[in-house]
Amino acid sequence: MNSSNKISILQGRLIDPANGVDRVTDIHIENGKVAAIGEAPAGFQTATIIHGNDKVVCPGIIDLCVNLREPGAEYKATIASETAAAAHSGITTLCCPPDTLPVIDTPAIAGQIKHKARKAGYCRVLPLGAQTQELKGEKLSEMAALKEAGCIAISNNYAPLANTLVQRRALEYAATFDLLTIIRSNDRHLSDHGCAHEGKVADRLGLPVIPEAAETVAVARDLALAQTTGAAIHFHTLSSASAAHTLAWARREKRRVTADVAVHQLHLTEMDIEGFDSNAHVLPPLRSTGDRDGLRQAVAENIISAICSDHQPHEADAKAAPFPATEPGISGLDTLLPLTIKLVHEGVMDLATAIARLTIGPAEILGLPLGRLQVGATADICIFDPDTYWTVVPDQLTSQGKNTPFGGWELPGIVTHTLLEGRIVYQRD
Amino acid sequence: MQSNSFMNADAVESLVDEMAGKLWSLMNERGIQAPLLVGIRTGGVWLAEMLHQELGLEEPLGTLDISFYRDDFTRIGMNPEVHPSDLPVPVDDRHIILIDDVLHTGRTIRAALNEIFDYGRPASVILACLVERKGRELPIQPDVVALHKVMKPGEHITLTGPEPLGLVIGTESNRESRNGESGAET
Amino acid sequence: MSRGPSLQLDDTGRLRHFLTIDGLNRELLTEILDTAEGFAGVSERTVKKVPICRGKIVANLFFENSTRTRTTFELAGKRLSADVLNLNITASSTSKGETLLDTLRNLEAMHVDMFVVRHAVSGAAHFIARHAAPGVGVINAGDGRHAHPTQAMLDMFTIRRHKGEFTGLRVAIVGDILHSRVARSQILALNTLGVSEVRVIAPRTLLPVEARSLGVHIYHDMDEGIRDVDVVIMLRLQKERMQGAMLPSEHEYYRLFGLTEARLAAADSEAIVMHPGPINRGVEMSSEVADGSRSVILQQVSYGIAVRMAVISIIIGTQNQQSQDNKG
Repeated sequence: MNSSNKISILQGRLIDPANGVDRVTDIHIENGKVAAIGEAPAGFQTATIIHGNDKVVCPGIIDLCVNLREPGAEYKATIASETAAAAHSGITTLCCPPDTLPVIDTPAIAGQIKHKARKAGYCRVLPLGAQTQELKGEKLSEMAALKEAGCIAISNNYAPLANTLVQRRALEYAATFDLLTIIRSNDRHLSDHGCAHEGKVADRLGLPVIPEAAETVAVARDLALAQTTGAAIHFHTLSSASAAHTLAWARREKRRVTADVAVHQLHLTEMDIEGFDSNAHVLPPLRSTGDRDGLRQAVAENIISAICSDHQPHEADAKAAPFPATEPGISGLDTLLPLTIKLVHEGVMDLATAIARLTIGPAEILGLPLGRLQVGATADICIFDPDTYWTVVPDQLTSQGKNTPFGGWELPGIVTHTLLEGRIVYQRD
Repeated sequence: MQSNSFMNADAVESLVDEMAGKLWSLMNERGIQAPLLVGIRTGGVWLAEMLHQELGLEEPLGTLDISFYRDDFTRIGMNPEVHPSDLPVPVDDRHIILIDDVLHTGRTIRAALNEIFDYGRPASVILACLVERKGRELPIQPDVVALHKVMKPGEHITLTGPEPLGLVIGTESNRESRNGESGAET
Repeated sequence: MSRGPSLQLDDTGRLRHFLTIDGLNRELLTEILDTAEGFAGVSERTVKKVPICRGKIVANLFFENSTRTRTTFELAGKRLSADVLNLNITASSTSKGETLLDTLRNLEAMHVDMFVVRHAVSGAAHFIARHAAPGVGVINAGDGRHAHPTQAMLDMFTIRRHKGEFTGLRVAIVGDILHSRVARSQILALNTLGVSEVRVIAPRTLLPVEARSLGVHIYHDMDEGIRDVDVVIMLRLQKERMQGAMLPSEHEYYRLFGLTEARLAAADSEAIVMHPGPINRGVEMSSEVADGSRSVILQQVSYGIAVRMAVISIIIGTQNQQSQDNKG
């Protein structure tokens, strides 16, 4: 082995929550793995030195939900554009939901996505297989084949099953192959054609509403079905404090259930849709300050163990319409880490906890040996400057999608290096 | 804006008497029996009310608010204190005496004439003003004037009221202020 | 980015768009009513128009059918001597927002000075105002469930004509508050103009969950809610509410919430009855009440023209001045 794949990161503050590490030290990387922490192994001839002074060195970020838009909506974004943006944002692993066109309900599509991502080479892409064929909620997808093709879990994403019997069978079938089912809990009838949280702001603006019960009813249903079927389930992008309470109870009962939250839900509320700002049109909707605070607490207490970007890049036209007629979602890759660090600055949790929710938290949900940096671990690494602020300028996002409600926000945290399997995939100029 | 009193209420009232006298002879000369008195808001209405009494007319007088007819609407926008115009009897085939406080550019009178003609077709219109000053921008001349006043550039003269009436002369600094005045002099 | 209420005011606080009552103060609402008084007599003249908006083009951009509202806007524009374009754009031709923007750009290329917008989606007028070229005013003629500010102002005009002032008034709004843009705008206007109490009377299925936060007292019992009120505003009940499991039947609705002479007797003896129209007789109210001496429903329609003339002329005045300022 020549020395060209040997990298040393010197004098960075290593924060590896999985191993309880938070100290200034050196990390030495060889053959895509962590070779040593502290002193270099005897005879280690480093080819590349990265100075980590005043920077945090942590495991690469694992983002549980990144819509790559390819295949089918390349006018919004592509695998190449978004994996590059992910690398720029310190993300080394991402899950892409199945609602591409065609849907990820066949091994061929899953394989195609993985192939293109490998070719781009910026980020590990783990497709989520469709729970039902074409996401229609009627016939089960070939989950075993999807798993073999590299799907890390199963999801029906924005089309959670309305038919409870189909949901039960889908959970049972996934459990047969030890596949995790990822659920965006939403009762389709209760949410109707809503686009905003049922509360003061939507009532005043006359927007069709999505009540909190649309989420809590569905969470309760799926917890009961998971109990019956023995399936492992993961609630994706929870939005209400009530659902977080129910989840806390289920976790105390040792149910096989986990959850994540989109980082914008920890900062924004229904107030942010004032003036019909279509960039704040998201699903599930932004809810009350009580909900936001409840979600923050659940993240701090590890009831919700992962924070994701719920990245949804859009072309400008998708947001250029009256609020209810716009497509929901935020282009969130660029702001995932900064908004999470902002929680630290606001006293919601300490830095190690915040990093855990972006690394070991999602790794454990997916059952991956990633998100940690002991000797021998895969060298997926994010290096960032935690205290420098930058201003969000929508047009300057690295993602192809410029749709963000955070334009003008001053956020802390700038990624300087991203390493994927010991390879530098992003380096700040 | 600086403004100084130019005439007190008594002086103004004697000017109104003079207007009434001149109107009376003009009506005789033209053989007008029962004219319809119309005042232009706001100063013209105060004068019209006084003249209405002095001339002993029976029919109610009319009031015009020319806000909707101004030619400077596109420059100054809607006057926030607009009042409805009120012509209580039909104007068709009637002799009208139109009353304003100060005649300067003639633009107010142009607007008032247009408005009157939107109510109907009068037999004739007589223009009576308290004060006339130079500066006409349209071919409009008064039939009755109580006072011809020569003003320096930048000066303007305004009727204040209604109780007590007075004439004040101000210097140009803020022509847009309408508080306590009868209206921008035009 | 302009947000919410500030979008409709220029930096000196004057109206440049009329999108919602939300964020407008009492002085401004009173100015609209006073200006409307000035226009109220125009329709009684030989020449039923004034020249103030001569040479201006007002485009009625109706994405949702409404003959009555469109007609009153058209008449209002014409009485101001503006040229009025009527554009009925069916939902099928503009299901996407890009088409909406395209429509806007096309009309702007024809030098339209004002858009009067009616759209089935809440926030549509805000969207158009945000994208309109400088100097172009936008009036919301009803957007989804959000707002219908000119309807609310003509209702305020009607109330002021009959009651003199707003202070001390008790007003009851009866019916489908949940889906009503008219009710939302009325509630904001009544509270801004300082009435002493706004009540809403409806079953829970027709009320927003946070109705109280709109600044109203809630009643579910018509007889109780109508007691001693000075103004009763009945809302239109859409037939589709029966299908959406909001109500069991028109019959039961009328029995519980319909306005009859007997029920009206509990209101103040001088109380007036209003309705934005068109009325469903025997569903919202009896014919007896609709055609009775307390009903001011037809006056509402004719006042609608004066109020819309006031709003159009105020906005064109503001926009004109802005473009003058920009040139200067």
